[in-house]
Parts: sequence; C-alpha cells; structure tokens
Amino acid sequence: MAQFNWRMPRWFHQMGSPKWFYNFGGLLQPWFTLAAFLLLTCGMVWGLAFAPADYQQGNSFRIMYVHVPAAILSQSVFLSMAIAGAIGLIWKMKIAFMVARSCIAIGATFTLIALVTGAIWGKPTWGAYWVWDARLTSTLVLLFLYAGVMALNQAISERQIAGKATAILAIVGTINIPIIKYSVEWWNTLHQSSSFSLTDKPTMPSEMYLPLLLTVLGSYFLFGLVVLTRTRAQILQTQNGASWLMQHKDISGAK
Amino acid sequence: MGFMLAIIRRDLLLVARQPAEMINPLVFFVLVVALFPLGVSPEASLLSQTAAGVIWVAAMLATLLSLELLFKLDHDDGSLEQLLLAPYPSWCLVLAKVFVHWLVSGLPLILISPLIAMMLFLPSDAVPTLMLSLLLGTPTLSLLGAIGAALVTGVRGGGMLLTLLILPLYVPVIIFGASSVAAAALGMPVDGYMALLGAMFVFALMITPWAAGAALKL
Repeated sequence: MAQFNWRMPRWFHQMGSPKWFYNFGGLLQPWFTLAAFLLLTCGMVWGLAFAPADYQQGNSFRIMYVHVPAAILSQSVFLSMAIAGAIGLIWKMKIAFMVARSCIAIGATFTLIALVTGAIWGKPTWGAYWVWDARLTSTLVLLFLYAGVMALNQAISERQIAGKATAILAIVGTINIPIIKYSVEWWNTLHQSSSFSLTDKPTMPSEMYLPLLLTVLGSYFLFGLVVLTRTRAQILQTQNGASWLMQHKDISGAK
Repeated sequence: MGFMLAIIRRDLLLVARQPAEMINPLVFFVLVVALFPLGVSPEASLLSQTAAGVIWVAAMLATLLSLELLFKLDHDDGSLEQLLLAPYPSWCLVLAKVFVHWLVSGLPLILISPLIAMMLFLPSDAVPTLMLSLLLGTPTLSLLGAIGAALVTGVRGGGMLLTLLILPLYVPVIIFGASSVAAAALGMPVDGYMALLGAMFVFALMITPWAAGAALKL
C-alpha cells in the first residue's frame, strides 16, 4: 500500500501552540477591531441613512443591513465551529477546541439576531411575524443546535472531554447547514431566494448592494475579533502559571 | 459479527429480566397520545387531522425517554469500559446496542400504532402508511439518539441534555414521517416520503455508529 505521506504546512502546527496563537492573535486583534469598526460603521450608516428606498418595500427593507449579515454569519460560524472541532479531533489540538468553544455564543447571537430581525421584517412585508417556512424553520433548528452545543459544552467540566464532545455534536449538526442554504431552492418558500452573493452579479443596484457587502465583511471581522479575544482569554485561563506566560509582556507589565 | 451477536444476546437477556424497561416506553406512548383528545378536543374531525403529527411526536418522545439508559447502565457498572477495551471497533458495539434498543422500544410502538390510529380516528387507509413510515423512521430515531446517549453518558442530569441535543436532529424525520401519513390520509401518493425516510435511515446507519462510537471513547 502506498505510504500516505503528506504534511500540513508548518504554520498550521504552530497554530496549535498556545504561546504562538496568543502572540499571533494579539497581533491580529487591533487590525480586526479597526476593520470591523470601519466596515460596520460605514456599511450601517450608508445602508440605513443614504441608500435609496426600495420601490416596493419603502424603508422597511433597510433592516436587511442587519438581517442578511447576521443570517450569513449564523451559518458560517456553525461551519467554522465544526471545522475547528474536526481539526481538534484529527490533529489533537487544544487550541482548535478553544476556537470551537469561542464560536458557540457569537454564533447563537447571530442566529437570534437573524430570527428577530427577520420577524420584524416579516410583519410589514408578509403580514406575519412568523411562518413555518423551510428557511425559517431550519434557522430555528440551527438556534436549537447552538443551544444543544452550548449545553453540552457547559455540562462537562473536564475541558478536554467537553471540547471533543462538542466537536462531535457540531460535526453532526453541520448536516443542517446545506438544508438552510438550499431550503429556498428545494422548497417553495415564502422567504425569497438569495439575492446576495460574492461571485454572481448583484440583483440590486450598487447603492443598495455595496453597503450590504460592507456590513457582511464587517460582521466577518467582528466574528474573527470575538473568536480571537475569547480564545486568547481561554489560553490565559488554561495556561495560568506557564513560564512563557508569566514572562509575557502582557502579564509582567514590562515595556 | 460474533461480537455483535454476543452483545445482542446479552442485552436481550438483560431486558427479559427487567421487562419494565420494555413496557414503560409503550405505556408512555399510549398515555401521551391519550392526553391529546382530552387536552385539545375529542372531536373526530379535528383528531383525524392531527393524528399523524400526534402519533409521530409521541413516538419520538417515547424513543427519547428510553434512550437515556442506552449506555448508562453499562457505564455505571463498568461493563461499558470492558466492552470498549475488547478488540472490536466501537461502532459494532453501538450498532448492536441500537438494534436491541429499536427491537425493545421501536418495534412495540409500531405494533401498537394501529390501535392508537383508531383511537385518534385516523382514516384506515392511512394505517399501513403509518406503520411503514414508523418502520423506516424509528430505527433512524434510535440511531440518531445513540449519538446523544453516547455524548451524555457519565454526565450528571443527562436526560434533559439528551433531549436538547437530539430533538433538533429529529426534525427532518418527523417532518417527512408525519407528512407521509397526512398525505396517505388524503389519498395522495407517499412514495417520495418513503424514499426520503429510507434515505435518512441509510444515511444514519452509515454515520451514527461511527460518531456514537467516537463519543463513547471520550
């Protein structure tokens, strides 16, 4: 049998070192903060105040600038969580479990925001806050999945085991992501099909599309920022007393 | 294979010595279903419309209730650890235990479902579909539930947690299971629903023993 011999690049394994991740994350953090702040501020102000009103929906469509990024992120975060969990299981990296753990709360928040803004948007356009439509139902299931992952993660006190258990559940739960993504195409839903894509030509005028692009990108940076911050905080907790940390400039106070 | 047969024989023997384990989910199933006419309305027209969903939800809850003990007893008396140390892949163990679980909790539900259907005034044309959909669906429920049962084994207060973890995964099964019965009650074809239920069963059969086995080894 042929020898199965391939290697991941070195930076991949370096990511598994708490010290390396802590320092690298510390370098990225200010840039992520800046990018998230600028993109979200510009996108929101542009979208909410200056973009032209929709010819059918009037001003109510502006909730899109909150709803769409939250909905996209709710799925991306779940996928990231599952991928981080799989990396943790395959390469036995503690950092990956920490990253997966950091994803849970922010992902659940995005899902909740997507559902609430969707309900608020649904009232003027569909005449109902909630309908049992495939897209809405599968997003609700996503929220329940986040709740399950969160409950499991907190029920097991041993960090390492909690990380592995969460990873398995997250990987199994990923089955829901394609269902959400394609629910608007597979079933005849009240929810409109996707009108936002990075690769296809936008179906709306650029004055409406560009602010949306900014808020989506900004949300990704916000997600990255939250994950970096929370993972670094977990490194501080678990590595408490480690010599590299005690000598680190963040701890010892040396300039 | 010998290993799996040995597990199946052992688990069946354990159930035979403790028959309440087999009867409790069944009683629970009948009780939950009986609550609906009392709680909602005893009117035949309304009941026959809701029968499919009610039966499926009750079957799901009964399965969940019995799943908690799938690995727990073996974990508590230490035999699970020994079984995992045996030189066989852990998915064999999961598959054998799930099979017994389905035989003990799923199959009786299917057998009693015509009676329940009659109590809820489900049109008699839909009863074969109900039984067939349960036959295809309940093994999927047991398989998916095994992941949750394996994950919460050894966790305090695992029962509630198990419900939280597994119910979201049950959603597709209940949607297609209940709509197949509803379609049959209206005299519409059910082949598509059955194909989907079968596909979900095969998919669960491939994935879940592996995932539950990995979860048991944590």
